Amino acid sequence: MKVKNSQKISLFHIAWKNLARKKTRSLLTVVGIALATWVLISLFGFNSGYKNSLDRDIDNLGFQMLVVAKGCPYEAATLMLKGGTGLKYMNEDVVRLIVREPEVESVTPMLMQVVFDPNKGQSGGLTAFLGVDPASFPRLKPGLSFKQGGWFTDPAALEVVMGYEAAELEQREVGDLYLIPEKNIELKVVGVLGRSGTQDDGTIFLPLQTLQKIFGQEGQLTSVGIKVSKEANLAEFEEKMFKLPDVQVVSLTQVKTTIMTLVSTARILVFSIALIAILISIMGVINTVLMSVMERQKEIGILKAMGALAGDVFRLVWLETSLLCLMGGVLGAALALGTSRLTEYLIRKLLPFAPSGGLISIGATLILTAIGAVVLLGLLSGIYPAFRAARMRPLEAIRSEEE
Amino acid sequence: MKATTAIIEAENIKRIYKRGAEEIAAIDGLSLTVNRGDFTAFVGPSGSGKTTLLNLLGCLDNPSAGKLVVNGRTVHENGRGLSESQLTRIRRELFGYIFQKFYLIPTLTVLENVLVPFTFFRKEGAGQDVRQLLKKLGLEGRMNHLPAELSGGEMQRVAIARALVNRPEVLLADEPTGNLDSERSLEIGQVLKKLNEEEGLTVLLVTHNIELARTARVIIGLKDGKRSQAR
Repeated sequence: MKVKNSQKISLFHIAWKNLARKKTRSLLTVVGIALATWVLISLFGFNSGYKNSLDRDIDNLGFQMLVVAKGCPYEAATLMLKGGTGLKYMNEDVVRLIVREPEVESVTPMLMQVVFDPNKGQSGGLTAFLGVDPASFPRLKPGLSFKQGGWFTDPAALEVVMGYEAAELEQREVGDLYLIPEKNIELKVVGVLGRSGTQDDGTIFLPLQTLQKIFGQEGQLTSVGIKVSKEANLAEFEEKMFKLPDVQVVSLTQVKTTIMTLVSTARILVFSIALIAILISIMGVINTVLMSVMERQKEIGILKAMGALAGDVFRLVWLETSLLCLMGGVLGAALALGTSRLTEYLIRKLLPFAPSGGLISIGATLILTAIGAVVLLGLLSGIYPAFRAARMRPLEAIRSEEE
Repeated sequence: MKATTAIIEAENIKRIYKRGAEEIAAIDGLSLTVNRGDFTAFVGPSGSGKTTLLNLLGCLDNPSAGKLVVNGRTVHENGRGLSESQLTRIRRELFGYIFQKFYLIPTLTVLENVLVPFTFFRKEGAGQDVRQLLKKLGLEGRMNHLPAELSGGEMQRVAIARALVNRPEVLLADEPTGNLDSERSLEIGQVLKKLNEEEGLTVLLVTHNIELARTARVIIGLKDGKRSQAR
């Protein structure tokens, strides 16, 4: 190595080499910070990802309001987004009462039926059928595209349109026959929808009248989707709908609030865990750096004897803390990115309702903010050890180990 | 050129430690003058105050009483001394220190260890001759080695190089051969003597080793914090 006049060792180099002395301890501290950062980023990524997916699911519904039979609002919200069991019925006369309101642009009556299919998956599973009005439903869902075929030929035809995933699962194409479990009725597949990333992908659509007849629910509906005109006052319209007998109105805003309320409980729990993890990792950082300072008291004394001012020593120890936190933050961010699919899988298993699409959205802003926050916390936690080191008098520090 | 050749002047300095109600005078009213270019060894039994005196003269500690003037600046007088940061500024301008233990940073190479003082302070004109300095101390072929790869004598020579890199006027050596065998001890003694004779470096040495002390031009004996004899 050629010695140049300008050559000197940077503070960063000394700090880095100091951390390298106790590799295992430094590594464990970094891993602790990384785990806390991982939880933090995953949590906030989930927060925004879930909300975005929920918004997209609701926007894809094609209507702003859903009228359902009176009952539990949570069930209604789930029905609106995912279909479900424990269905309540209302008479289809309600449609006439709704369409006479001037705010209504269009309505679409729907009947949801769910049956247990013993051949689905390894141990059977539920299959959702949605009876829709061939005239109004496609108008309200202009975003739906077909991979094959098209809508029903007749309002009472024995035909089905399959969602993308339902068709994949059942391995059906246009022209194939589909047998409704338990009913032993064969229907012809006339259309397969393109992938939408919503609950429609897993749904099997039938003409409303056909479904009512097959399941013996003539004249019955489970929901009515309403598209309200742009000029309409939604609050006033909701008030009117509330006056209809034996039904309740679920608006998009309500659904979002209801779902987010359900999710917030889980979110608070995870946030508490993240907070504890962060506090533990901060304690780990303080402990690591403080131990390192105490072990190096004599060396710090020598540095001060050689001309290092209190501020120099403070900066050195602070830099070591920041490096630990920065490495932990970056590793944690990489972990969060690398395991987001696994985290999403686990969250889907835990949550009562999860919208379709990505549940975890980790962007550059979130990563940089999280790393920044971890480094900031590290700087705060480094103050005490750095202060302890900086205020050491050289002689006391040099003597310390001998006592 | 300064008017006086004295670089350190101690006048009736005391260093008193309190142990409960008891007061122990580690240095008890000692006066001495260190001139530029001196090579002085302080010898005496354990507890005689040699290290305490070296720490006071090297501004690592403040006297409890008396007057101490370093390079023409009053460091302590009538119980009042300079602050720690003021002492640091004097230390880095004037002094280099070596101790019984070497305190090299184990993860830095020899060259990096020697350059560490520049991270915090670089005296004007210092650093031009680091390679020459290492060569003079017989470390030219060891520059990129880690301390663990060196012998005890080599490690102490690295510590000496680190102490000298900022061109101090005074080198303070506290038991520099305490961890070395007799052959390596004399080798370090010769290094100090050479630095004194050839570079004009003022050297203050504390040692138990009488053979090493004999490399100095002046030997001051200490007992119970006072002078006991002189050569």
